[in-house]
Amino acid sequence: MVHLTYFFAVYGSLINFIGINVLLALSLYVTLSAGQLSLGNAAFAGIGGYTAGILTTQFGVPYLLSLLAGALMAAIVGFLLGMPVLRLRGVFLAMATLSFGEVVRIAAINLKITGGAEGLLGMPAYTKTWFIYLVIAVVGYFLSRLRYSRAGWSFESIREDETAASAMGINTIYYKTLAFTIGAFIAGLAGAMYAHLNYIITPGEFGFSAAVNLLIYCIVGGSRVWYGPVFGAALLTALPEILRGIGVTAGPIRMFVNGLILLIVILFLPNGLISLFQRRRKVAVSVLAGAGIGDN
Amino acid sequence: MLLEITQITQHFGGLCALAGVSFGVESGSVHGLIGPNGAGKTTLINILSGITPATSGTLRFDDRRIDTFPAHKIASLGIARTFQNIRLFPALTCLENVIAGQHLIAERPLLPRLLCLPGAIRQEAVYKQQSLDILVRVGLADRADFSAQHLSYGERRRLEIARALASCPRLLLLDEPVAGMRRQEMLSVAELIHTLSQEGMTILLIEHNMAFVMELCSQITVLNFGSVITTGTPAEVGRHPEVIEAYLGKSDQDA
Repeated sequence: MVHLTYFFAVYGSLINFIGINVLLALSLYVTLSAGQLSLGNAAFAGIGGYTAGILTTQFGVPYLLSLLAGALMAAIVGFLLGMPVLRLRGVFLAMATLSFGEVVRIAAINLKITGGAEGLLGMPAYTKTWFIYLVIAVVGYFLSRLRYSRAGWSFESIREDETAASAMGINTIYYKTLAFTIGAFIAGLAGAMYAHLNYIITPGEFGFSAAVNLLIYCIVGGSRVWYGPVFGAALLTALPEILRGIGVTAGPIRMFVNGLILLIVILFLPNGLISLFQRRRKVAVSVLAGAGIGDN
Repeated sequence: MLLEITQITQHFGGLCALAGVSFGVESGSVHGLIGPNGAGKTTLINILSGITPATSGTLRFDDRRIDTFPAHKIASLGIARTFQNIRLFPALTCLENVIAGQHLIAERPLLPRLLCLPGAIRQEAVYKQQSLDILVRVGLADRADFSAQHLSYGERRRLEIARALASCPRLLLLDEPVAGMRRQEMLSVAELIHTLSQEGMTILLIEHNMAFVMELCSQITVLNFGSVITTGTPAEVGRHPEVIEAYLGKSDQDA
């Protein structure tokens, strides 16, 4: 018991960070599951974080309500952004969402209400570790059920072949916007929880590198099943600590290891590290068993 | 007429792919659409299924104008299709391809799933059984758990037909359903199309294999350079001088 307390004292903030990153990776998973490459999810987290932070610090709104407001705000912005930009495909969508992310970051720097470049200060540390992991469990359960619903099958179809999906009767604009909006909601929720973890949030935290990191979590973990991004986010967030544990000193070597893992996964495991555990299964698994889709 | 095509014209920039194409597809018929390469057959199928809107002209399906509808709305009226260049969902299994194809007939609501209601599980079992039955029909029952990208060419074509059948369409558009198939496979697809037609499904198919078309179709429309040469029974079409000319060229005496 003493060991456990000690462990939490040392690694508590890491465990919280892992949880937040897992949620953010899950938010991108939803968008990716419909085949849409979004680099806007970090910005949605920022919108959620700032919304919730401003509400609790300046308007005295209760914590849970501020989380809901942050997530809803991100979802509304996601919906409004999704309507026009989801007509773009592939790299053009990535570029459009990327520039949206920059707009949000620069707006946060220049607005008064967000506290400018110094960031928004004074959020009480309401977010508890158990709560983060409870939310992950709920979101994970939701996504695992969503996968085999009508919307989930539509996302799969659109990702696999958008033209064929539309010829099958799938309203592709509707389902792409739905995936984008659900993703924005989860990202906004994660951002709102993050804002109440650290006393401060700054615009830079939700910028380009955060957006790319989320994508890397999904690629490394594997974006074909919901627990892939969970695994990727947890591994890569904990990686610096793991490296320190095995005696690798801080510095460029850590970035090198990060890059190496990414490269190896892209080259040899196109469906992410999670496919290592699925390989042992047969070529295909029963649909209703609900796992192991399509790694070979 | 289940489907009426009237004066459909399609321009791609300066290229005129279809110039005022008109013909009708009768309910319950197997209608063949033939013509040399580049005649505009696939372009027409793309217009019928709403993938690319026509430049001008009208389409009526079941006495309803559909030429301004997007693809998913046309599909929801009961028009399903396959693609010449096979567009399956490669990472999904055969069974999953067909299950995904049930989009229009299967509700699969989220809430009962979240609550793990037994009704949802029972319903899913019914949908799954329907999908398996369709795989049996196209002869892919033993491939149900194979991922689609590992199928042979002919199997992919049959799986695409299965996915189209999953939505229980009234009109099935088949773009070269037996291209690249072995003879035995081709015969089984011919038999399947025949059975579907007897069950009341209307089928419009593009095919280059003349024996297949002549054997199977009750009506044939011949396209050449974006225009209809003629529409008629296989016997009529086979005698038509312009059709013979389009396929074999003019003889020296006529020139």
